[in-house]
Amino acid sequence: MTPGEPLIRWDWIASHAGEISLRIGEHLELTVIAVVVGLVIAFGLAFVALRLPALSAPITGTAGILYTIPSLALFAFLVPHTGLSVLTAEIGLVSYTLLILIRNIISGIRGVPSDVRDAALGMGYTTRQILWRIELPLALAVIFAGIRVATITTIGLVTVTALIGQGGLGYFILLGIQLFFSTPLLAGALGSIAFAVVADGALVLVQRALTPWTRLR
Amino acid sequence: MTIFGDVARWFADPAHWQGSHGIPVRVLEHLELSGLAVAIALVIAVPVALYLGHTGRGGFIAINLANIGRALPSLALIGLGLAIAIPLGLGLGFWPTMFALVPLAIPPIMTNTFVAIREVDRDVVDAARGMGLKESEILGTIEIPLGLPLMFGGIGTAAVNVVATATLGAIVAGGALGRFIVDGLALQEYDQLVAGALLVALLAIVTEVAFTALARASAPPGMTVSR
Amino acid sequence: MAESRGATVEFRSVTKRYGDTIAVDRLSFTVPAGRICVLVGPSGCGKTTSLRMVNRLIEPTSGEILIDGQNVLAEDPTQLRRRIGYVIQQTGLFPHQTVADNIATVPRLLGWPKERIQLRVDELMKLIGLDPGRMRRRYPAQLSGGERQRVGVARAMAAEPPLMLMDEPFAAVDPIVRERLQNEFLRLQRAQGITVIFVTHDIDEAIKLGDRVAVMRLGHLVQYAPPAELLAHPADDFVAQFVGSDRGLKRLSLLTVGGVELAPLDRAKLDGAPVLSPSMSLRDALAVMLSSEAQEASVMEGDRYLGALTLQQIGRMLRVDEPA
Repeated sequence: MTPGEPLIRWDWIASHAGEISLRIGEHLELTVIAVVVGLVIAFGLAFVALRLPALSAPITGTAGILYTIPSLALFAFLVPHTGLSVLTAEIGLVSYTLLILIRNIISGIRGVPSDVRDAALGMGYTTRQILWRIELPLALAVIFAGIRVATITTIGLVTVTALIGQGGLGYFILLGIQLFFSTPLLAGALGSIAFAVVADGALVLVQRALTPWTRLR
Repeated sequence: MTIFGDVARWFADPAHWQGSHGIPVRVLEHLELSGLAVAIALVIAVPVALYLGHTGRGGFIAINLANIGRALPSLALIGLGLAIAIPLGLGLGFWPTMFALVPLAIPPIMTNTFVAIREVDRDVVDAARGMGLKESEILGTIEIPLGLPLMFGGIGTAAVNVVATATLGAIVAGGALGRFIVDGLALQEYDQLVAGALLVALLAIVTEVAFTALARASAPPGMTVSR
Repeated sequence: MAESRGATVEFRSVTKRYGDTIAVDRLSFTVPAGRICVLVGPSGCGKTTSLRMVNRLIEPTSGEILIDGQNVLAEDPTQLRRRIGYVIQQTGLFPHQTVADNIATVPRLLGWPKERIQLRVDELMKLIGLDPGRMRRRYPAQLSGGERQRVGVARAMAAEPPLMLMDEPFAAVDPIVRERLQNEFLRLQRAQGITVIFVTHDIDEAIKLGDRVAVMRLGHLVQYAPPAELLAHPADDFVAQFVGSDRGLKRLSLLTVGGVELAPLDRAKLDGAPVLSPSMSLRDALAVMLSSEAQEASVMEGDRYLGALTLQQIGRMLRVDEPA
């Protein structure tokens, strides 16, 4: 960042290739765990909300509060209890996925057209069969949209975990900031952005494969 | 449970409320930073979104901008802000944070404003045009009033994101409430850490609630009444 | 007509009460095997409620519904529904499944072997006029409204049920498509011999499709009769009004030229008169004769002269069995 210095020193990147790939792996791991755990919890909570509509508002409300609290603040609340650990990071990251996932699961299942449900019941599907063969597949499109957003957001938030000892590619951003060194900073920043874009693209492809009926007209 | 005691004591200490490192100053800094970033984003994004929304052009970009914005990691933005500010000789703290916050605030504002205008019933717009209203009048008296709730929703989202990311400004030697958190982490002073987190969380929640209320209040009467 | 594979359906004093409101009041009638019974009436008359009690989507408050002598309440609802075809107005086609998968729904639930299912799907698609090769793998969103209705009907018939329930299946398409669907449906039903209970609010559809028509009002069965009888002898003012003041003309549409005893007029006298075919309805014949301002018309079958039809004869048919 000092004038005269090139923005990216490729020799630095080459010599740190090992650490870079380690951090990419860390980034991936933190993201995947957060989204998967978030999905499991969100499904559970969403079904509770669907079965007991009275609980629907408190559940989404709590998830909403967790989502509104800035990530750094949430991690800060956790640090005195769970330290500078992966657990702290994951608790925070998972909390951020909950709102969007719960909302999308609920709206996905509620969004199944009533005539489709009526026809299925009238033809002799049991309620469980309706759930697994009709409601969930049709809800999948909406749920998957939620998974996409949750994943992208999580990839971004993982960078913040650099401040509590994790970080993935955020580690390099922090390093660059602290050392006024543009190479790792740009490598980390652009790398995490690229990661998000690639992940989004991949998930779109998966969504198209899982829900072929949504892209016709 | 002792952490709550420590935090309470931290808040009770009058020293923490005075001076240029005190709570009121930090809160103000945070508000200034966030407010300015959102204001600049509004000035940039709203006119463009209104134009695109009214004419129906650029939909692809306007809608996908929100997706792109979500993919921007906040720490990366702060870092990039620093990378831009330093060569420009703008120093640490304020400017790097600004360079990060404004691009962060633009996507939700632009996308929501665009969608808000687009969602207005085209038949209503058509009728207005047929009755002889000018394009600017249609925008001003019909599309914007009907689209206000969604627009405020977008501004609210931007504001909350900005408040959150402004805390990270402390990493690039900025002030604001993030200072308490970053210093607390560095010095392992958990009372300061949690106190700072509480203040930030509160500010974010208040911002969210305020804009939600604003969005609800801005819905034109007659749209919300039912038979 | 094919041998009746259809079931008989009997309503015995079936009542449905919601709190203080009586939606269906002691409904009793029998549908003979292989016949189409149309439930018709203004909205709120209880026709859809009655239909949905047959497959227990709604449970009766009292009374019995017997299919081939067996009370529907004695059977597990899910098993019952798999034996009954069900078609609704919005079709309810599963948007995430192909046409073939939609049609195969009940056979799959019943555990049919794959080859049998495939054969049945192809057979049905041909029956409804959709080319299996091209359309099997299409999704409902890619079909037109008429095509979707047809697939809905095919799906209901897939497991060869002895009974089909249809709730305003053709109401959501435009009149031209509707007429085509009605004709195709009639053809299919006659060929397969399925018993059908059909709900509509359209009296013309009821008269066209029904072997028996049940006119309902506010939960009561007002009249249950074949269409000709309904038109000739409406049970009361409500039925007369519901059927329409043009019921005389409607009756004419049920009768054909060939069914009238033709006047053995000298063919030479009919020079310049319009020519009718014996399969034409009397209503259409009347329209032809009125528009050509003719008092008589000659009836020809190909080149063979069968006789003459006069306006007086048509008028006589109109006036037969006027209500007292």
